[in-house]
Amino acid sequence: MRELICIVCPRGCRLKINDKMMVTGNYCKRGETYARNEITKPMRMITSTVVIESKILDRLPVCTDKPIPKEQIFAVMEAINQVVVKAPIKIHDVIIENVLNLGVNIIATRTVEI
Amino acid sequence: MYDVIIIGAGVNGAFIARDLAKYQLKILVIEKENDVGDVTSCANSAIIHSGYDPHPNTLKAKLNVLGNAMYDEICRDLDVEFSRLGSLTLAFSDEEAEQIPFLMERAQKNGVPVQLLNHDEILSMEPKINKQVKSALFAPSTGIINPFELVVALMENAMENGVELHLNEEVMKIIKEDNCYKIFSQCGEYSTKVVVNAAGLFADQINNMIMDSKETIIPRKGEYFVLDHFSEPFVSHVLFSIPTDQGKGVLVAPTTSQNYLIGPSSHFINEKDDFSTNQDILSQVLVSAQRMVNKIPMGKLIREFAGLRAFHVSNDFVINHQDGFINVLGMQSPGLASAPATSKMVMGFIKTYLPFVEKQNYKSKRRPLYRLNRLESEERNRLIKEHPSLGNIVCRCEQVSEGEVVDAIHRLCGATSIKGVKKRVRPGAGKCQGGFCEPLIMRILARELKQPLNKINYDNQKSYILLEKTKGGGQHDEL
Amino acid sequence: MMNYDLVVIGGGSAGLASAISAFDQGVKKILILEKDLYLGGILLQCIHNGFGLTKYKEELTGPEYADRYVNELKIRAIDFKVQTMVLKITPDLQVHFSNARDGYQIVQSKAIIMATGCSERTRGAINIPGDRVPGVLTAGLAQKYLNIDGYLVGKRIFILGSGDIGLIMARRMTLEGATVLGVAEIMPYSNGLSRNIVQCLQDFNIPLFLKHTVKRIIGKHHLEKIVVAEVDDHFNFVSGTEREWEVDTLMLSVGLIPSIPLIENIGVLVNPKTKGPLVDESFMTSIPGLFACGNALHVHDLVDFVSLEAEKTGLAVARYLNDSLKQDYKLLKTQAGKDLLYVLPNTVNLNNLERINFNFRVSRPLYDSYLNIIVNGKLLKKIKKAFMLPAEMESIELATSLLEEGVLEIEVADA
Repeated sequence: MRELICIVCPRGCRLKINDKMMVTGNYCKRGETYARNEITKPMRMITSTVVIESKILDRLPVCTDKPIPKEQIFAVMEAINQVVVKAPIKIHDVIIENVLNLGVNIIATRTVEI
Repeated sequence: MYDVIIIGAGVNGAFIARDLAKYQLKILVIEKENDVGDVTSCANSAIIHSGYDPHPNTLKAKLNVLGNAMYDEICRDLDVEFSRLGSLTLAFSDEEAEQIPFLMERAQKNGVPVQLLNHDEILSMEPKINKQVKSALFAPSTGIINPFELVVALMENAMENGVELHLNEEVMKIIKEDNCYKIFSQCGEYSTKVVVNAAGLFADQINNMIMDSKETIIPRKGEYFVLDHFSEPFVSHVLFSIPTDQGKGVLVAPTTSQNYLIGPSSHFINEKDDFSTNQDILSQVLVSAQRMVNKIPMGKLIREFAGLRAFHVSNDFVINHQDGFINVLGMQSPGLASAPATSKMVMGFIKTYLPFVEKQNYKSKRRPLYRLNRLESEERNRLIKEHPSLGNIVCRCEQVSEGEVVDAIHRLCGATSIKGVKKRVRPGAGKCQGGFCEPLIMRILARELKQPLNKINYDNQKSYILLEKTKGGGQHDEL
Repeated sequence: MMNYDLVVIGGGSAGLASAISAFDQGVKKILILEKDLYLGGILLQCIHNGFGLTKYKEELTGPEYADRYVNELKIRAIDFKVQTMVLKITPDLQVHFSNARDGYQIVQSKAIIMATGCSERTRGAINIPGDRVPGVLTAGLAQKYLNIDGYLVGKRIFILGSGDIGLIMARRMTLEGATVLGVAEIMPYSNGLSRNIVQCLQDFNIPLFLKHTVKRIIGKHHLEKIVVAEVDDHFNFVSGTEREWEVDTLMLSVGLIPSIPLIENIGVLVNPKTKGPLVDESFMTSIPGLFACGNALHVHDLVDFVSLEAEKTGLAVARYLNDSLKQDYKLLKTQAGKDLLYVLPNTVNLNNLERINFNFRVSRPLYDSYLNIIVNGKLLKKIKKAFMLPAEMESIELATSLLEEGVLEIEVADA
């Protein structure tokens, strides 16, 4: 039996899910789906920064363009930490393509001109 | 070989350095902290007391009254904020009211002009005072000062006239040789004819390194609240409660920066480096203050702090000399008010050991600060045209420009830390307490001092703000 | 002296949205004054996502959301100045500002929008006793150092306050290699979105201590330890619950306050509940022509609602400038009733709008309750609400035709 807080809407139902994937405590169907997904394959978006060589900024904010498996969070962070980019960078430029072969790109979320 | 080494760059050491700098003497000031005026001189009530309070015929009484009178000229010459607001010492009970005549008598013996005020007169001067007030002693010569500016300005002026300053240097040992003293710090060895011990809380330690007659300084803590600026009128004089043997009691006073101070408490502690604040002590401070002014807008609270008084068992100043070793010891309240006169007394002692030949090119004034907010826009813009960084405002709360911060760094006795900038020109002392401005000030310090960002500290080297660069440092450890 | 129709103070989300909206409604000479080097405000350091869900139906990061608005701004003839600090505003709508290039300037405007955002409550303001050493800082400042400058302020972190900024920073610091030892929250419930409790705390096994707060700060030259203890229902410390933590950073996430010293000094009436200015339905303060929106008016949770509010403000300014705001008053005052912290706006001129949004916050988490909308003592409407949280601003839209002069009260009821 696992306990979860549903994050689909701000109500934050306290859910319980057992080994047979039976969900209780949910106010709506979306909570049921969330609990099942969260147990089997939890996914997360990562936002971070990379080192940028620029006259005006030291760090470029980046984001995964799709969620990645939760257990890969720190591995993806390690990949992000190795990167050094040079200005100019345009918002949504791909910074790391297909990071760790997960089919997910790391993209810039800010334009840095110089 | 130095003529005089002054141990301690607090307000007393700084006044003495400045006064000595008039003469053709080789002077060194050794200070163990990261900045001048970094301990008691920056954590006090900032009051230039009138001098009615000390018992007559004490050194405190004599020097307080003399010192008080000297501040107008000093602050004009050195461009230090100073304002003679006057003070009201308030009686709220019959017992307290009975004390007032004794205080008036003391004032008269000390040569301090005071006036007795009745209930109506008090409330017309200060409408916010608790209506139960019975009577008050009005002392028009009480002033408020910017103590941070004072010590920096004194040392800056002293250095401009040739005085040397060593910071982050602690005196470990003193020995007497034939004609001089040898002073050992953790990184140097100096000879001098005369030693001035102005080491504040540690003046006993310095004295005991060399003198047969031992002294003890006990730290006595005072905790304060600081309120932000506010636009409604609040109090415009220094408000005191009736003094007891613990000290002058809690006051409510404006500061030269348009803040308000509430405090201090008074309790002996064990450690000389314990500047912590305490919940129950501060609650008591507030209760005492609310007795005087019942509607204190505590929503305007921005900071609490604690200062340590250097208490000597005699409860008076200990200013003496023997064989060229001069003590300026136990300088608790009214130490600040007395300081200019204390220095003159010390000059008298030093004259018996050294010839005083005046310097030809002595500069008694320091270059004034920009104080842009006081200028008319035409004058302000003329300065900005010359120095555009004076137009770039980096401290939102106190409205201080980049140019003023840069000036504070590059003057003699300049700032080398976040606290140093705060003391000299205010960023970080306002409502945001650094929340908005600290990154900007840090960048300016890093740039001007040619240091990486994470080597800019709050005060001394151990007080870091940024621990380390992310992503393993990269090539970006510089600016 | 230069003249403008509208000066917007602050080039963050509220400033950009209100300036764009005013321009689109026909206001001609607009000037935005921004203190930082870039437009975008606090969004630029909020590199996490969760912005734009309502407005764009997408999840954007802060910089991306700002980027959209800056692009909208740049295709319009709206003046703006960066690295420019407003120093003074007068009741007759003069704006004094300073920057390195123009020096000290005064402009005369016909309307001003305060979009100056909010500031974080500090350690000094809440009087945490102990030593005063570096290592104690607000979460927003730590966020700036981390996301913009690229520095960790420490590696052993404790966070006070479970508001979203604290939770977001718990995750950020952990991802960048620090250890977050715990989060203390003085209330019996968390103030942050449950999404953040899961993704920022639970994901990294960071414990949340409800009904706890920091009792003492300890350190000689830098933070070394904190003492955390439990509090009772009256927020008094429960003896015997003290626990010492060895940390090098105490991050404070203990509240945001509208940042309005510029207008407090000229006698604008302030709402004691929100700490922002009192405004009417047109977002105008007690000084004619002076408007406020965004976090400077009241602290928001989602930037989407800031943009919405700012758009309405821009529209109201346009109507004010072409004299179409009704002068004759049909005045409705609002009141926060049972279990409500505040209601905005504070006054409504019913002649000015056809529909009006009332924004409010409840003072405690409420499940399966009702809202009573009461006008002049009579129940106008009863709304069922599955849940309401203090951390989430609520909004109710009503047709002004349903309302009458007098007092409108919103309260929570059981049934």
